[in-house]
Amino acid sequence: MSGKTLYDKVWDAHVVHAEDGDTVLLYIDRHLVHEVTSPQAFEGLQLAGRQPWRTDSMLAVADHNVPTTSRSEGIEDPVSRLQVETLDSNCEHYAITEFKMSDLRQGIVHVIGPEQGATLPGMTVVCGDSHTSTHGAFGALAFGIGTSEVEHVMATQTLSQRKSKSMLVSVDGQVGPGVTAKDIVLAIIGEIGTAGGTGYTIEFGGDAIRALSMEGRMTVCNMSIEAGARAGMIAVDDTTIDYIKGRPFAPSEEHWDAAVAAWRELHSDDDAVFDKVVRLDATAIEPQVSWGTSPEMVTAVNSHVPDPANVDDETKSSGMQRALEYMDLEPMTPISDIQLDRIFIGSCTNSRIEDLRAAAAVIKDRQVADTVKQALVVPGSGLVKQQAEQEGLDKIFTQAGFEWREPGCSMCLAMNADKLGEGERCASTSNRNFEGRQGKGGRTHLVSPAMAAAAAIAGHFVDVREF
Amino acid sequence: MKAFTKLDGLAVPLMRANVDTDAIIPKQFLKSIKRSGFGVNLFDEWRYLDPGYPGQDSSERQPNPEFVLNEERFQGAQVLIAGENFGCGSSREHAVWALDDYGFRCVIAPSYADIFSNNSFKSGLLVIALDAEIVNKLAEQCESTPGYKLSIDLAAQTITTPSGEVIEFEVDPFRKECLLDGLDEIGLTLQKRNTIEDYESRRKQSAPWLFG
Ligand code: SF4
Repeated sequence: MSGKTLYDKVWDAHVVHAEDGDTVLLYIDRHLVHEVTSPQAFEGLQLAGRQPWRTDSMLAVADHNVPTTSRSEGIEDPVSRLQVETLDSNCEHYAITEFKMSDLRQGIVHVIGPEQGATLPGMTVVCGDSHTSTHGAFGALAFGIGTSEVEHVMATQTLSQRKSKSMLVSVDGQVGPGVTAKDIVLAIIGEIGTAGGTGYTIEFGGDAIRALSMEGRMTVCNMSIEAGARAGMIAVDDTTIDYIKGRPFAPSEEHWDAAVAAWRELHSDDDAVFDKVVRLDATAIEPQVSWGTSPEMVTAVNSHVPDPANVDDETKSSGMQRALEYMDLEPMTPISDIQLDRIFIGSCTNSRIEDLRAAAAVIKDRQVADTVKQALVVPGSGLVKQQAEQEGLDKIFTQAGFEWREPGCSMCLAMNADKLGEGERCASTSNRNFEGRQGKGGRTHLVSPAMAAAAAIAGHFVDVREF
Repeated sequence: MKAFTKLDGLAVPLMRANVDTDAIIPKQFLKSIKRSGFGVNLFDEWRYLDPGYPGQDSSERQPNPEFVLNEERFQGAQVLIAGENFGCGSSREHAVWALDDYGFRCVIAPSYADIFSNNSFKSGLLVIALDAEIVNKLAEQCESTPGYKLSIDLAAQTITTPSGEVIEFEVDPFRKECLLDGLDEIGLTLQKRNTIEDYESRRKQSAPWLFG
């Protein structure tokens, strides 16, 4: 019999009961909760007269709707305010730990989980949000769920799940200077497509992944969902363990050694067999820029917008055409000719301290181009913001002409006041470039923080390696 | 959960690939804390020419005459024939609630995003995956045949077209059972309370750091 994959190991350790067919009842260790996908679940619980099974597994935070400007006035939009207040009162009612809007620890749910040590190797982690895949960077099985499933986990601490197939994406060799985790994951999605991972759990491996910091690994796993996979995972190593040590929710002194010993097993066995293996040459990956309305529509910065006429597959070609119309781009335009109206550095993909450092390093002693209407930096959490301020990064940003904001999802999905106007073009470090994602009629180009920073200074895309 | 047994419903084709959840229900409508009322904003950015926001009077909106759902002949449609990778993007169950609230009971497409297909099943929306060729054929027939209705029988796992052609489809046995009976899945799981508790106590021994 062949060995086990990392996914097999975590899955097997959580099977409570095998149901009919391929369905099993899977135990859930960590349940992260935010304001948008939880109200109907709490309501369902109440209507059925049920209690949460294990409130100590839950950690709640408001992130999607919160303003990123000063919070002393509360939330102006009454609909958003009600949603955040509903989360507050539900958490109070059930005594669930919540980082309220005024709490220094508040931030994007996928940033604060790891930051607090609430995400641990070998855990099953769920949240009513598709980017829960982020937490897989810790060798956890982490995936997004819908609101009915949120209620199911609240009430039973389990989920009925079918095991997916397994895919290894191995990024071999090392990336060159100026090429980041974001470029790696965009290149992967460009390679396998947005439906390439559908039905799979992806394990990211290879030298280039091993060499990444935990923050870089989170960026990669974050976008598993854009590759179609509900979950992405990375094996545990010293980098993982060093990151966790000393964080508030990390195992206590008493359990630390036993925990580490168990975590050391969290890698795929040498003889494990994957249903599919994809290999990428890291040395060939260049800084990436998306040009269309799907994350797979991506290319290297020194390249150009592709021509749908050169694509034989008719569905694909017409999809490209539609995307180019929406994006108002002509085929064969050099990427570096694309002018930007706004710059957004933030989101659960790229709003951690290393992302801010990388962006700050590019803009230091430079100015945002006059043609750029707005350049925003939205740190992933209050703690990231504090750290950045201690390092003086906020000064670098504001002196260059960036706005320095309070933590939250912000312009990643434009549910609060931060959004693109009709037809505006944005270099964004977020994860989705769907039509209207950052505001109706807005046009999104996905890039790394360093690339977004360079674009802010130049007013158009530039190769950060030559900047 | 709403049960699904049989349906004889008017179909409408929306043959774009990768229809994402932002397109199905744009984010500004996710601020609602309710489960209902999302139908008027289904496909909002495609369906209307003016921008949509929560709490608007929908009778004042400007429908986009080019969008298929606005065509007179497709009013009252219950079956959506769609392109591949339908429902990709976010985990928002609001997408399913919007389809359901609008009146759709079934979607037929070559493939779906995983979370979307899970969510659909929880709300009693039947999603059927068929070969792309068959889906294309159904879409073409639907486009060219006025009043094109499909008869869907979940127990028999068949779709019957107006011309009498019968197409079989696959469905997970557990889901089928839950859908046919409209079972409360949480109630079902809670019948295994002891099994869950046993698991928990074993786990507390082997991995105590996960508790507390
Ligand atoms: S930052 Fe964007 S992708 Fe991440 S949780 Fe918030 S809205 Fe979702």
